[in-house]
Amino acid sequence: MPDRIPLTHLPPGQRGVIAAVEGSDGLRLRLAALGFRAGRAILMMRRGTLSGPLHVRLGTTDVAIRLAEAVHVTVKAATALAP
Amino acid sequence: MKRVALIGMPNTGKSTLFNRITGSHARAGNWPGVTVELASSKVLVGGHMVELVDLPGLYDLHGFSDDELVVRHFLESSRVDAIALVLNSSQLDRQLALALQVRALGVPVIALLNMTDEARRYGIEIDEPRLAAGLAMPVASISARYGTGQPEALAALARLLDAAGKASPAAVREALAPDHRREEEIESLMRSSVVVPERLSGQASDRVDRVILHPWLGLPLFFLAMLAVFQAVFWLGKPLQDGVAAAFEWTRRAALEPALALAPELLRGLLLDGVWAGIGTIAAFVPLIVLFFFFLAAVEDSGYLSRAAFLTDAFMARLGLDGRAFVMLLMGFGCNVPAIMGTRIMRDRPLRLLSMLTIPMSLCSARLQVFVFLAAAVFAPSRAPWVLFGLYLASFAAVIVTALLFRGRFASSEPFVIELPPYRMPTVRLVWMRGWVEVKHFLRRATTFIFFGVIAVWLLTHLPAGAAPAGPETIAGWIGKATQPVLGPLGIDEKLAVALIFGFVAKEVVIGAFAVIYGLEGNALASGIAGSMDWVAATSFMIFTLVYTPCLSTIATIRAESRSLSFTSLAVAWPLALAWVASFGFYQGMRALGF
Repeated sequence: MPDRIPLTHLPPGQRGVIAAVEGSDGLRLRLAALGFRAGRAILMMRRGTLSGPLHVRLGTTDVAIRLAEAVHVTVKAATALAP
Repeated sequence: MKRVALIGMPNTGKSTLFNRITGSHARAGNWPGVTVELASSKVLVGGHMVELVDLPGLYDLHGFSDDELVVRHFLESSRVDAIALVLNSSQLDRQLALALQVRALGVPVIALLNMTDEARRYGIEIDEPRLAAGLAMPVASISARYGTGQPEALAALARLLDAAGKASPAAVREALAPDHRREEEIESLMRSSVVVPERLSGQASDRVDRVILHPWLGLPLFFLAMLAVFQAVFWLGKPLQDGVAAAFEWTRRAALEPALALAPELLRGLLLDGVWAGIGTIAAFVPLIVLFFFFLAAVEDSGYLSRAAFLTDAFMARLGLDGRAFVMLLMGFGCNVPAIMGTRIMRDRPLRLLSMLTIPMSLCSARLQVFVFLAAAVFAPSRAPWVLFGLYLASFAAVIVTALLFRGRFASSEPFVIELPPYRMPTVRLVWMRGWVEVKHFLRRATTFIFFGVIAVWLLTHLPAGAAPAGPETIAGWIGKATQPVLGPLGIDEKLAVALIFGFVAKEVVIGAFAVIYGLEGNALASGIAGSMDWVAATSFMIFTLVYTPCLSTIATIRAESRSLSFTSLAVAWPLALAWVASFGFYQGMRALGF
């Protein structure tokens, strides 16, 4: 499926839906607690300068996540979902 | 007596609520099965005397972070009669997961919906009775910041305790098993009792973020903000500090000196220059710590601290640190002591220790005083500012070298995923409480250590009796001579070595020590020093003074915050080693180049 991309590839301002959360048990639990769950909508707010962390929004929660952790999150970009 | 545990995710205002209920009477204590101190306080709830325990904020009762383990171990080892669960009303979608986990423990629970004012601004409506029925626990709306709803919430807690049976940690232990059915339950609860609009209203934070987190403007704005805070702390703090020093000096002249006039000279010296000066050293830190924590609480409470972490993380991640460490490092340039206390905002221990190891490399205002004096004495007025600038660069270099060398040993296992809370206006009460609590911490934990350190240095520089203070016949003079094989190659002679012993107490004492050691004052002292060393030796001495060891107050704080004697030893030994290598490299290098 070409429309599935790592969260790190989602452009700023773009919406997506979380397809999968991978990584170690500890990381998955932590991400789940902050709202990273399959099926949830995610909005890319902005990217940190010089490969800094990503600023994303899940529901009412804003989260900063490093690229190293964000690669474990796969999203379906909202535009790719449109017919 | 009943025991009630306060549980909630980070940023739910749990500690604010705790402080509000308990006033500032809380004390930190040890608990079975738990390695960190937890704040607790006795309060009257209805007819019950309740011991309220503030547990660390956690995301997941079944998680693996340090805080999550602490909470679990506490619940498994200590009898808990009821749990007060603090939830952020505008984030119920993810916070209900914790409510279900806590409910599954089998302990009576009350859910306190905090920040209801914020949720209302977003247009979120909560059907409380339905939520309470769905969760099968009493629900009460509160605002911990403004104190609304607190009497009702405490009354509900009292009713919960009336009905509670005998608590047993064994049952809790059994209940602490993961359950995957929860996710569906959250979905259905959200559907039945909470309405979240498609587009959130009242997103003023977004507009502020567009400027504050701007790709190019963000960092300069951050530096400006830090500079402003930094200036405010030290411009306000300096007169207060001087005032405290003047008060101590006045008490000494007006009361202590006449009272001790007839005491033997050695005893009088020990009491005045040892004990009294020691108390004065501790007291002089108090205004700085209060101010620092007022500002830190305001910055943290406003939501800016996590933004600063976001902005600086790209650079700090390469050093094995994170953005929060950067904020503390910058603060360290004012004074290392509050900066090290401030690392408490990092919950991951290795990350915190690495920050504590790097912060003492920051050129604090006390060291700056020494460098300004020496640079003015030895260098031409046109060169002196460049020397100071160079020392700041050396300070940054020492931070970077330390972080790069030790990031492997203090590797952080904690993923960097932090919440960026919406901007909030800090309340005076909250900020005041924070500053006050931190000063109490500092006074309780650091006093004995600093006190005895100051007396020890006094004894070193005044014994045996009859020797000239800090002269070659004293123990300090003898140590100065003994260190020559090590310090000689750095261009640091016996007299300067004795000054370094004084600088161990507090760096600014080095100048005063010069006066005692050289027997000169003011301009005569400056020209005396300029005559006794060239610029290479002076710079080598300044590099050594910059790095060699944290001052006594900083060491006492590191020990209190790390609770580890071996880490504290490392925090003393490593800077000494680095200082020696740096000064040796500079001094011998310059000499080899023919200077």
